[in-house]
Amino acid sequence: MRTQIWTPTGNPLRDERDRRLPRIAGPCSLVIFGVTGDLARKKLMPAVYDLANRGLLPPAFALVGFARRDWADQDFAQIVHDSVREHARTEFREDVWNELSKGIRFVMGDFSDNEAFDTLARTVEDLDRVRGTRGNHAFYLSIPPKFFGPVVEQLERSGLSASHNDAWRRVVIEKPFGHDLESARELNDTIGKVFSSGSVFRIDHYLGKETVQNLLALRFANTMFEPIWNANYVDHVQITMAEDIGIGGRAGYYDGIGAARDVIQNHLLQLLALAAMEEPLSFDARDVRIEKEKVLTAIKLPSDLAAHTSRGQYAAGWQGGVQVDGYLQEDGISPTSQTETFAAIKLEIDTRRWAGVPFYLRTGKRLGRRVTELAVVFKRAPHLPFSETDTEELGQNAFVVRVQPDEGVTMRFGSKVPGTQMEVRDVNMDFAYGDSFTESSPEAYERLILDVLLGDPPLFPRHEEVELGWKVLDPILDFWAEQGQPDQYQSGTWGPQSAYDMIARDGRSWRRP
Amino acid sequence: MTVRLDGTTAAQVASAISEERFRQGSSAVGRVLTLVIIADEATQADAVHAAARAAREHPCRILTAIPRPGHGPAQLDAEITVGGSDGLGELAVLRLRGPLAHHVESVVLPLLVPDAPVVVWWPGTCPSTPALDPVGALAQRRITDSAENSRPLHLLQALADGYVNGDTDLAWTRITPWRALLASALDEPYDEITSVVVHAPKTNPSAVLLVSWLLGCLKVPVTIKASKGPGITGVDIHTVRGDIIVSRPDGRIAAIARPGMPDREAALPRRSIESLIAEELRRLDPDDIYGEVLERFAAGVTAAANASDPGSGKKPTSKRSGATSSSSSTPVKK
Repeated sequence: MRTQIWTPTGNPLRDERDRRLPRIAGPCSLVIFGVTGDLARKKLMPAVYDLANRGLLPPAFALVGFARRDWADQDFAQIVHDSVREHARTEFREDVWNELSKGIRFVMGDFSDNEAFDTLARTVEDLDRVRGTRGNHAFYLSIPPKFFGPVVEQLERSGLSASHNDAWRRVVIEKPFGHDLESARELNDTIGKVFSSGSVFRIDHYLGKETVQNLLALRFANTMFEPIWNANYVDHVQITMAEDIGIGGRAGYYDGIGAARDVIQNHLLQLLALAAMEEPLSFDARDVRIEKEKVLTAIKLPSDLAAHTSRGQYAAGWQGGVQVDGYLQEDGISPTSQTETFAAIKLEIDTRRWAGVPFYLRTGKRLGRRVTELAVVFKRAPHLPFSETDTEELGQNAFVVRVQPDEGVTMRFGSKVPGTQMEVRDVNMDFAYGDSFTESSPEAYERLILDVLLGDPPLFPRHEEVELGWKVLDPILDFWAEQGQPDQYQSGTWGPQSAYDMIARDGRSWRRP
Repeated sequence: MTVRLDGTTAAQVASAISEERFRQGSSAVGRVLTLVIIADEATQADAVHAAARAAREHPCRILTAIPRPGHGPAQLDAEITVGGSDGLGELAVLRLRGPLAHHVESVVLPLLVPDAPVVVWWPGTCPSTPALDPVGALAQRRITDSAENSRPLHLLQALADGYVNGDTDLAWTRITPWRALLASALDEPYDEITSVVVHAPKTNPSAVLLVSWLLGCLKVPVTIKASKGPGITGVDIHTVRGDIIVSRPDGRIAAIARPGMPDREAALPRRSIESLIAEELRRLDPDDIYGEVLERFAAGVTAAANASDPGSGKKPTSKRSGATSSSSSTPVKK
């Protein structure tokens, strides 16, 4: 007889060779603070429905909303229903919705309102009794970071943060995780007083994206990339996250934060870590984290920050056929605001693998188009047995991972132009995720919420990584704070002149993604 | 757009596909596999429809072979559709007439996507040893559907005898949601299990596979209690301190009752062919669990036959793990 391999829980019906059985979360509830926000309506609640529709939520599941509105359970259920109808990825099925809606509850209150949290505690206990959620509850703080402290204290005071026996309590927070190293530590202390580090899930939804996970598969499951993935062959790496939109209605959040804190500190440094790290011993959360922390620790800043960083603010202009305001004219923004909406920095990594290979990171709003990509640009061939005119149109080979949109991978290399002459020109070879594995790709939030409920941490950055990110960024932010107004760039372009100058100093140029 | 080629060859079909592909401006799409459907005129339309929808998840080349043996001369007629608004990859419906009907592999082989896995699906009648079928032998994965055959339990037994890695049956795929629900029921604390009863029509191939699976995992007696359906209508897990009862009388919603907990419900709809095929295409590695379940089922049937007919002279094979306990659950038609 073949040997049976049981899962650690000892469930005799689970066998790790049984790849058909999905991972279904155990009995639990998800309590969302800030249910009236955009994120909750457009992403979280639809993701919960999509999970239910895919059969990945347990029959004993409950969804609790907490907000200041004067709503009854049915009113909130209606809000969830509408957001599911509008934003869910999978088709709407009445049966699934009916089951889900039976576990929907709403608690009205303020974050300073003791009574509201006591009501919440009673609601949650009631769910244990009525729905059988067995004391397992996750608290999703979809609220501005300044409220994290008060809410977490309330959770402790009302006894919501304490679990009994095998039950768990988890807390989920969204970036930004502080605005510098010091505040990140304070935030961590505040939450750490109430929840153990294993119960805190920091969501960086980029890490839930299939392409980001695929980066590890590409690198470590194949033989053809890894041998050239080092300073011997790589000239430099460009990581770009560009948005075509402005700040929209997020003036209150964005002003004073800026592009570097909003994007570089988390998304781009995480992408850099995944692209640059050594092979982990395994894909266990711990092993991957160790490698990411090593590479983040090895990051070296340029000594001349003025020459190798750039920051900008979008000015009025035409973007994609629409006339748009500049940042300083946006509602709620002071006309003297020094917040950057574009940031570009050059980093180096002090390891043998990456010695002398610069990593250029840039992000901005109101740029040419919406795109996130990681481009590894290779060195030119050391010797070209062609005449100079033959290879005039040959650029550098490149390997580009497109994170969004059109998730996929592009390789750029030289090819002979058909004809009697020897002429070599760049061509692209493309792998589009959507072509090879369409539609099955779940939304990042589906994956992340399920992982929270399962208690599976690999895709969540740990506090140590957050701190390392701030250690990289803090000196740059301090330097920028003394430089006055950021450079203006016209909306719909690829950033200020200083960004072009900064990379041109190294004899390189930005890709037009 | 659909191209019709009558009295053609595989090479002409291949070039018609790539011409059509090129005409639409996408010469290299990520076709990840070739799906060969072997069907008759009655089953092909539904099968192609389901496959085309599943292909939205797994872009592939779908070759539908319809053998039409008869007295006429050998002839190949093809209908080719490339692209299309429903996101379909490439579809060729191939009618093989006359003596050609017995040489499906000769037409299929040149049309396989290079260096990509091949999956064969018999939506209706299937060979009892798929791996020995000339087309089945080309494939990494062979999908049968015992429920669509006239004597499903007999077929399952034959499939067990000829099982090789890569065989799979949709009767097994149909119970994935049931298995997931039962597995999640045992993720929670439970008492020692003494026996299990599966409610289903007696000859339901999915039910006997579920029994065999539970038997192998739980090592307690598992029996089928006849019900009118549709499909599996319930599973009772008896424990020393009360029962975990899952019932799905209407084929849509399962009610779950367990000691000391409130009653719960979960949507557990019967599955469409499309979702079954999509699940099958998701993993192309051998399904070891299915192989073991099928083997245990067949061993149970043999043991039961020997028990009821001791004079047959065959050696009982009841030594195999747990096989005897299922004897009451697996009726054998003689």
